[in-house]
Amino acid sequence: MSEKLDISNISMDFPTPNGPFTALKDVSLKIREGEFVSLIGHSGCGKSTVLNVVAGLHQATSGGVILNGKEVKEPGPERAVVFQNHSLLPWLSAYENVELAVKQVFGSDKTKAETKEWIEHNLKLVHMDHAMDKRPDEISGGMKQRVGIARALAMQPEILLMDEPFGALDALTRAHMQDSLMDIQAELNNTVIMITHDVDEAVLLSDRIVMMTNGPAATIGEILEVDLERPRDRLALAEDPKYVHLRSEVLKFLYEKQRKVESISGGKTKVKKSLKARAA
Amino acid sequence: MSTATSLNDETEARIAWLDTALEFGSKAVKTIAIPLVGIVIFLFFWAATAQNVKTSLGQFPGPAAVLEQFGTLYEEHRNERVKETGFYERQDVRNAKRMAADPGYQPKVRGYTGKETFLDQIVTSLITVMSGFLVAAIIAIPLGIAIGLNKTLNAAVNPIIQIFKPVSPLAWLPLVTMLVSATYVSSDPMIAKSFLNSMITVTLCCLWPMVINSSLGVASINKDLINVSKVLRLPAIKHVQKIVIPASIPMIFTGMRMSLGVAWMVLIAAEMLAQSPGLGKFVWDEFQNGSSNSLARIMAAVLMIGFIGFLLDRGMLAIQRRVSWDKSTASN
Repeated sequence: MSEKLDISNISMDFPTPNGPFTALKDVSLKIREGEFVSLIGHSGCGKSTVLNVVAGLHQATSGGVILNGKEVKEPGPERAVVFQNHSLLPWLSAYENVELAVKQVFGSDKTKAETKEWIEHNLKLVHMDHAMDKRPDEISGGMKQRVGIARALAMQPEILLMDEPFGALDALTRAHMQDSLMDIQAELNNTVIMITHDVDEAVLLSDRIVMMTNGPAATIGEILEVDLERPRDRLALAEDPKYVHLRSEVLKFLYEKQRKVESISGGKTKVKKSLKARAA
Repeated sequence: MSTATSLNDETEARIAWLDTALEFGSKAVKTIAIPLVGIVIFLFFWAATAQNVKTSLGQFPGPAAVLEQFGTLYEEHRNERVKETGFYERQDVRNAKRMAADPGYQPKVRGYTGKETFLDQIVTSLITVMSGFLVAAIIAIPLGIAIGLNKTLNAAVNPIIQIFKPVSPLAWLPLVTMLVSATYVSSDPMIAKSFLNSMITVTLCCLWPMVINSSLGVASINKDLINVSKVLRLPAIKHVQKIVIPASIPMIFTGMRMSLGVAWMVLIAAEMLAQSPGLGKFVWDEFQNGSSNSLARIMAAVLMIGFIGFLLDRGMLAIQRRVSWDKSTASN
């Protein structure tokens, strides 16, 4: 498979009153076409920063991101983002939310009928065709996230960026969404980068798991190949020795090698400080 | 057996009906009966206190006296209208006669210059407040959106807004009056100067809450929504049209409702001070007039001012409910 995305030596400094805060240092990663890559690590390790740099929402201090041989400088629909908090426009229905994206990306390339068909097709893909005319405040959290995914898919992105897409959902809904995502992935074979906190989610969905070290100056610690057969079934895998092994590898990395040394409260204030600095 | 079940059904249906009736009844008690009790108690205290207060203009008016004056005010309005039609009829007849006697005669048509009645003053005040409010909205909302979008512009304009915001618009009134007389020079003015004075004063007081709330609404848009717009590469105009304006509509309306409420209060005071036609002038004229009925007539005007202010607010709320997607900010 060909190389799709090249994250090459990116570092990220955020200015703070006490001098620059280095969030990321020398992160390099190559992603193949159709690959599903998860980024996992403790809070504040800069996973989201990596994603935001790839999305073009942040500019790396040094290094760069190359998509299909072209450097990424600004956000664009070929790198569609599924945000953690769905970020649907609350005044538009599910259909209209997807429509805004489709009209912007395809414009006059599609006729009215084609546009309508494409929007409905994508909503059907995430099983939301029954509630197309509902507004975000009329549907559940999982349904909102589905519409968010449909909106991203409808842009026909080169690469799909997902920032803890199921982080805000309850466990049952999350499992259901993961299964849906695997089905969609089997059908469309998108290139995906997903950020997650959830070890099971990472092992279940990914082709590779990228484990990040703790910040400041976070970077890639280890990369784990997940060579489990697809389609994957969560119940069958639960007892599969390979799955159990992979899972324990990730857990070992997170809780032995990258154990947070500082006390929990101390760690939190540090994160908060850096967040404040970022906001300022 | 079958009769028993049908009987059961019937009782059940009856109980269900009774339940809905009771529920409806308790709702009616809450929304109608209790407020009514409050009003009755208020009227009672008003009447009791008014009886014991003597002023130089006679007894302080109780509810009955005020109600009577509402009737009188309406009567006066109708009499004035009768006089007015009479005046125009006589003028027409006179002109027709002179035309018949001398075909070359240019008929003179003069407007009727009677005293404005209570109802005329209400209409004048409403027109003034609405035009002042609309002018302010046309200026303030785009300005607020621009300030919310542009940090540099915000930094430049913010100190000016902060200084002018706490100024009572009445302080502007003398300046506005002089400015209008200096700049609006016309022998046959289409719009009366007094109207312009009050309108500009209303505009000045509506401006700030609307600018501040609009800019705050724009500045506090969820960052994720801005990111969505960036990822979609929405052009600037579409970004404003599709994301910024809808997202800040609830805040814009909050500002509009606030300023309309303030505007109505300020307008009455401005009319009193500037002697420009409207309800405020009515109150002031009655006060200067000092007849035994004056206090009751002023009290009638006070109630009317309150009632109209209430209707204006409800009207804005109704518009907000129709326009805004965020129903939670559109309650009360």
